[in-house]
Amino acid sequence: MTVASFLDPPGPRGRRRQQIATGVTAVVVVAVVVVALRRLADRGQLDGDRWEVFAQRSVWTFYLRGFARTLQAGAVGGALSLALGLGLAFGRLARGRPVRWAATAWIEAFRAVPLVLLMFFAFLGLPRLGLDPGPFWSVVIGLTGYNSAVFAEIFRAGILALPAGQTEAADAIGLRYWQSMRFVVVPQAARAMVPAIASQLVVLLKDTSLGALVSYEELLRRAQITGEFARSPLQALAVAALFFAVVIFALNHLARRLERHRPTPLAAAEIPPETLLTTGAVRAA
Amino acid sequence: MDVIADNLDSYLGGIAVTLWLSVLSFLLAVAIGVVVATFRVSPLRLARTLGAVYVEVFFSLPLLVWALLFFFGLPKVGIAYPPFTSAVIVLGTFTGALVGEALRSGINTVPSGQGEAARAVGLRFWQVLGLVVLPQALRTMIGPLGSILLALVRNSAVAAIAMSVDDLMWRSDQLATSTAQPVAVLTGTFVAYLILTVPGTWLVNALARRYRFTR
Repeated sequence: MTVASFLDPPGPRGRRRQQIATGVTAVVVVAVVVVALRRLADRGQLDGDRWEVFAQRSVWTFYLRGFARTLQAGAVGGALSLALGLGLAFGRLARGRPVRWAATAWIEAFRAVPLVLLMFFAFLGLPRLGLDPGPFWSVVIGLTGYNSAVFAEIFRAGILALPAGQTEAADAIGLRYWQSMRFVVVPQAARAMVPAIASQLVVLLKDTSLGALVSYEELLRRAQITGEFARSPLQALAVAALFFAVVIFALNHLARRLERHRPTPLAAAEIPPETLLTTGAVRAA
Repeated sequence: MDVIADNLDSYLGGIAVTLWLSVLSFLLAVAIGVVVATFRVSPLRLARTLGAVYVEVFFSLPLLVWALLFFFGLPKVGIAYPPFTSAVIVLGTFTGALVGEALRSGINTVPSGQGEAARAVGLRFWQVLGLVVLPQALRTMIGPLGSILLALVRNSAVAAIAMSVDDLMWRSDQLATSTAQPVAVLTGTFVAYLILTVPGTWLVNALARRYRFTR
């Protein structure tokens, strides 16, 4: 839905008013852009020599390699989070109490603290405990700690959203717990979960940029280095920002397409929108 | 664990700053979110586009990138705010996009028949919105808005670290280095964040359950 349905289609006067409002808005937008550009120009931020670094090929390879490291940490962190999250979801749904409590405690605790704190703990704290993960693994540990909890909740919600009749039917034909999970529950729940998982993976990739704070030389850190080196921090950062924005916008777009073209629409198994919001993957259409 | 007891003041001060930062940012985010959501359902195509652009930009830009761009970039064009104010603006603008989307999808959960029926009995636009649609929509938004607020508390750590605002996270980072006991200090921070957010989570869940209805 784009326009609120409780708006009546405008008559001739309404249309006229809308045209005026559109004109005013357009003028305001253009004015803001012009003022911003003029300010940048006045302070010499648009001068050619400020952007000179980007005429060099080596700077672009430096950035691209940095982005490759963003993807690396994101991919490893994503894979580990998914695996751990699946385990935690089953743990939380398990019948044995100790397992259920342990999984619940992990999920509730790691979902509630800042991801940066987890990265800092891995980076500063773990070496004191005789285990030096280094920047890359600090980033991965931080990402995995937080996102495993988020994925666990997505999985759990997906499994619980499946109509109870499915597991009952599986029980009735004599399947064991793991068989019913493996052949009945997970294959159906997985379909409903794909969009939520995809959105959360994009969030995870965004969060990889926090690695700059623990000296992991991904795209953002490299932009900072380039900025200091070339004495044009604003420009170096702006290029990185544009890079992030374009890539993540495209990925978000893809994730949303998954939502629309779901292979089998299992209406009853859809994850309620609140769950998507709680997990941070806000993307209700 | 003596480090924590010795620096309890620092922790408590940090918690206060984190809370204050989160509350102010949330107020700004709600204000922005309302405007964004209004833009996104507006009959003006241009307003809809602007709303969508705003949301997409902040959905696509990592928070840390935005924080650095704002805090270190703006002074280059002669606009400089103190760290705390910057952090509020950065978090508020970033979270405003999330709030805007939550409000919009909350409004969308109200079946369009409700709005049409309200029109049919002769209510005006603002009456439809204020008396029929929003009261129903708000109930479904409690959960999402609550989790956005809690995410904001977590995100405040990122903004604070980037701009050296002396919140819980920043002070812990300083303390971890100065005391050379990062494990104890950061474990304390972990617990402090749990104390901050876990009761909030329970409250949000309880409220959402209390006001939920099945249609």
